[in-house]
Amino acid sequence: MALYNDTVMDHFLNPHNVGEIEDPSGKGIYGSPVCGDMMMVTIDVDENDVITDAKFKTYGCGSAIASSSMATDMIIGMTVEEALTVSNKKIVEELGGLPAIKIHCSVLAEHAIKNAIWDYAEKNGKHYAGLEGYNPTEDSEEDDHHDIPAAE
Amino acid sequence: MREVYLDYSATTPVKEEVVREMIPYYTEVYGNPSSLYAPGLRAKEGLTNARQQVADLIGANPAEVFFTSCGTEADNWVLEGIADQLKDKGNHIITTKIEHHAIIHTCMYLQKYHGMEITYLDVDEEGFVSPEDLENAITDKTILISIMMVNNEIGTLEPIKELAAVAKKHGVLFHTDAVQAAGNVPIDVKDLGVDFLSMSAHKIYGPKGIGALYKRKGIMMPSFIHGGAQENRKRAGTENTAGIVGFGKAAELARVNLDSHIAHSRELRQYLWDQIQAKIDLVRLNGPKDFDKRHPANLNVSFNYIEGESILLLLDAAGISVSTGSACSSGSLDISHVLAAIQVPMEIINGTVRFTVGDFTTKEDIDYTVDALAKVVDTLRKLSPVTGKEGW
Ligand code: FES
Repeated sequence: MALYNDTVMDHFLNPHNVGEIEDPSGKGIYGSPVCGDMMMVTIDVDENDVITDAKFKTYGCGSAIASSSMATDMIIGMTVEEALTVSNKKIVEELGGLPAIKIHCSVLAEHAIKNAIWDYAEKNGKHYAGLEGYNPTEDSEEDDHHDIPAAE
Repeated sequence: MREVYLDYSATTPVKEEVVREMIPYYTEVYGNPSSLYAPGLRAKEGLTNARQQVADLIGANPAEVFFTSCGTEADNWVLEGIADQLKDKGNHIITTKIEHHAIIHTCMYLQKYHGMEITYLDVDEEGFVSPEDLENAITDKTILISIMMVNNEIGTLEPIKELAAVAKKHGVLFHTDAVQAAGNVPIDVKDLGVDFLSMSAHKIYGPKGIGALYKRKGIMMPSFIHGGAQENRKRAGTENTAGIVGFGKAAELARVNLDSHIAHSRELRQYLWDQIQAKIDLVRLNGPKDFDKRHPANLNVSFNYIEGESILLLLDAAGISVSTGSACSSGSLDISHVLAAIQVPMEIINGTVRFTVGDFTTKEDIDYTVDALAKVVDTLRKLSPVTGKEGW
């Protein structure tokens, strides 16, 4: 009996893609230590709009760290549009499930990635359907990941 | 892999001597203590002996000791019992913001379903309750005051004698939850002047599933569990004979070994704190800085820029058991109400670990722990986007 399944523990104990890319194409931050979780993602995007690298730093619990590791694994090699469809639900699925009260930890990764892509789009004048109406600088006060229902 | 248990405030292993006393009560002395034939009477003798042993640990008369299923039951019983018993006198209970959930949640229940009014006293930055604040909170409707003797998270030793004196001056009954205190600080109920005191066996190297309530002689209170005539008709249900006998033995050992237990705990706790400070930077001690005013085995430390659950999990992977006061509020997981009450900033609360040493802890255990801890903290800080330069 463990708190988390083996996949989650694996990603937590040996997280992939830890660090910060120098001069990244995009950088996103989400959450704060006051709330108990925070993630920073940096991505590199090539001329074909493919994410060639992603690195993260996360302050948070075991599932926040595992979700960060898994989510960055998932988006490397994806196009930006594809990466925008990586929802917290998909991250949880890839991890083989999280305890119900820990679902919100995966939302952190979804948002931080979205913020990194938003930053990339802003800097390069790009527009993506998945970013329609999204502006992280506006809602940074009201962290909506606080209200996400503990699904599953 | 080495296994190091540093969570003695959560529970303790049962001592061999205690188990040895208990076993015959499962296999040989299995009679029902209420039965009138010899096997029943022998079981009853075990209870009588244990009641004396538990009474001796706290300076009580055995007739004032009532066995319960745990410390939580004892807490529930006093609060609900007195709320009922004195409902014509008033509907106000005073407690503190740093009580165990066994008290706080019972108070919330009484408020919701029995129209009780509850005052939760503030504490200072080290967790101390002030007798003046208590006095100011008392009204003519106050029927009970419940203040813990030792806080389970930050180890604060409350000035129970002074607080109980305030209660007495105003003719209000006084209860103390001594679940963390028993066996860790000397207790004399008469000297303290308390009317009720809760305790639990599994925190003093006894078995789980058994606790006790001290109720000063002469105080009327309805029974909590209704049925047979056990526990002087106050707490029905066939007695957990082996558990009670184990509790008795554990209480006796706690009394006899109190001085050496305290000395051993303090020495290792001090060593742990010294080593943490020497090997890890950006740490913060929560609770009383004066270790004389603190549970002898408790150390509560926050590590900047990292989060408690990940510390706990990585230490667990190294065979070390500790507990954490943190729980990320993003998922509305409760953060420690105790650390919040002593005004530890939220981002610091989230990186908090409680260590409690015990009789089986060695200096080597501490060395192993601090080595592992230094690595864990380093790993997590490298993983953390928080560096202290962001201005949070
Ligand atoms: S990030 Fe909130 S509990 Fe995991």
